[in-house]
Amino acid sequence: MSATGIAGPGSARVQLEGLYKSFSVDGRSLPALIDVSLEVQAGELLCLLGPSGCGKSTLLNIVAGFLLPTRGRALVDGAPITGPGPERGVVFQEYVLFPWLTVAQNVEFGPRLKGAPAAQCRQIAARYLEMVGLREHAAKFPVQLSGGMKQRVAIARALANGPSIILMDEPFGALDAQTREVMQEELSRIQRVEHKTIVFVTHSIREAVYLADRVVVLTSSPGRIKEVFTIKLPEARDRFAPEFIRYESEITRLVKVEVARAHE
Amino acid sequence: MSTATDLVQWGLRGPSLPRRRALALRLVVVLVFLSLWSLSSGLVVLLGLFNPIFLAGPWLVLGKVIQLALSGQLWGHVIATLGRVAVGFTTGALLALALGLPAGQWRPVRNLLEPVVEILRPIPPLAMLPLFIVWAGIGETSKVAFITYATFFPMFLTTVHAVRQVDPLLLRAAASLGARRAQVFFRVVLPAALPEILTGIRLGVALSFFVIVISEFIGAEQGLGYLINDGRNFFLVPQMLGAAIVLGLLGYAGNALVVRLERHWLRWERPSAS
Repeated sequence: MSATGIAGPGSARVQLEGLYKSFSVDGRSLPALIDVSLEVQAGELLCLLGPSGCGKSTLLNIVAGFLLPTRGRALVDGAPITGPGPERGVVFQEYVLFPWLTVAQNVEFGPRLKGAPAAQCRQIAARYLEMVGLREHAAKFPVQLSGGMKQRVAIARALANGPSIILMDEPFGALDAQTREVMQEELSRIQRVEHKTIVFVTHSIREAVYLADRVVVLTSSPGRIKEVFTIKLPEARDRFAPEFIRYESEITRLVKVEVARAHE
Repeated sequence: MSTATDLVQWGLRGPSLPRRRALALRLVVVLVFLSLWSLSSGLVVLLGLFNPIFLAGPWLVLGKVIQLALSGQLWGHVIATLGRVAVGFTTGALLALALGLPAGQWRPVRNLLEPVVEILRPIPPLAMLPLFIVWAGIGETSKVAFITYATFFPMFLTTVHAVRQVDPLLLRAAASLGARRAQVFFRVVLPAALPEILTGIRLGVALSFFVIVISEFIGAEQGLGYLINDGRNFFLVPQMLGAAIVLGLLGYAGNALVVRLERHWLRWERPSAS
């Protein structure tokens, strides 16, 4: 069961069991994540929140299959993660569109790899570009788009590949404040339709409370799970509602302690 | 008012000239150069500074080129030179890609090739020309092979670098969209490396015109380099200058061809592309 009670078709469950990850720096082994155990339900949007350098991106990269854990297990629907794969779509902070492909070709990239017929690919691209409001920009190249538009393309590209999980690494971190809020609203709207399993990394508490079914707060480096908040708010959220602000201030208090510790 | 596109187009050098005015300006500069050249060769005759055959005026040179063209002599030389450049450069480019792409992609291949390249590369290619003649004779083979040899190194090195500097995030993005190794290479690495590979190819084109002249100085019966050397033997300065100018034009055309390809293949790099 997801926190919202709805799981979109083909959305998967992520289990992290006793994850430990260390990096060797100058011959010394530095821990980045310690004993992270967590279950992300199918159809749930889970935010990983923590001060910068707390290992939240490392955690996401392990689920994406870009990094292997030093110890512990990461599973998708019970199967261990051994590398990147199309069932786990990734949206990066830096957009990472293929600059030599048009907007539509970027969105079609995944289906084309699978050898889907061209007409079907065009259809898929049109559908998801419509969803992110970029249909009339289909023939443009990424260089001609603004940051917010690029990130919409990246989201459409991830969705068009039909993943069961979407991993988002501070996807709106490079956008200006206004665009950022618009994008959060878009994502929330899309999620109400798609009900994907989404793991969303952010250091913005407001963003986490706005989007998440659950917020996982990590401690400052090395990252451990400090607390998990279930956000019991309606799916369409109001940033100025008193309950929203209550969550925000509660989590802020918790994170402040961690930020202070990080600066010690 | 300056828009964002203007700023991108201007860069830090201020506003660019309108196309027509830029062309007019270029024309004026060329005309000034030709007049100065005419003037100095005229002065040599007037003041009797030295034998005027050493500095033929531009009109004499142009006349010679036209005469060679009309008599049909010029085309044989042009075709000989262009043929050698085409075969030699193409072989060099294919070799550079065939070895450079895998070397950029796979460390073992790179470790195998790089030491050899690092030993040979600092040797000025011209130092190897006599060896090519010893090995392959003074015929076509040595000339073509020499162009291949000389152009291989810069094209190989830019190709290796181009592949290595591909943004690893692009590879991650492709892998999480389900791309297998071969798909990553052909659909991501190649197009991402293309801009720099084309830069290397431009270098290669320029270099092939650079070295062909010298190899045509030695034991050639045709070619623009031969025409220059032949002119030297008989103090035919208009022929020497004429052949040099034709070579310059060919090099310019070769470069323009690659620039056109770049414009077409890399139109995604320009914000004003449609």
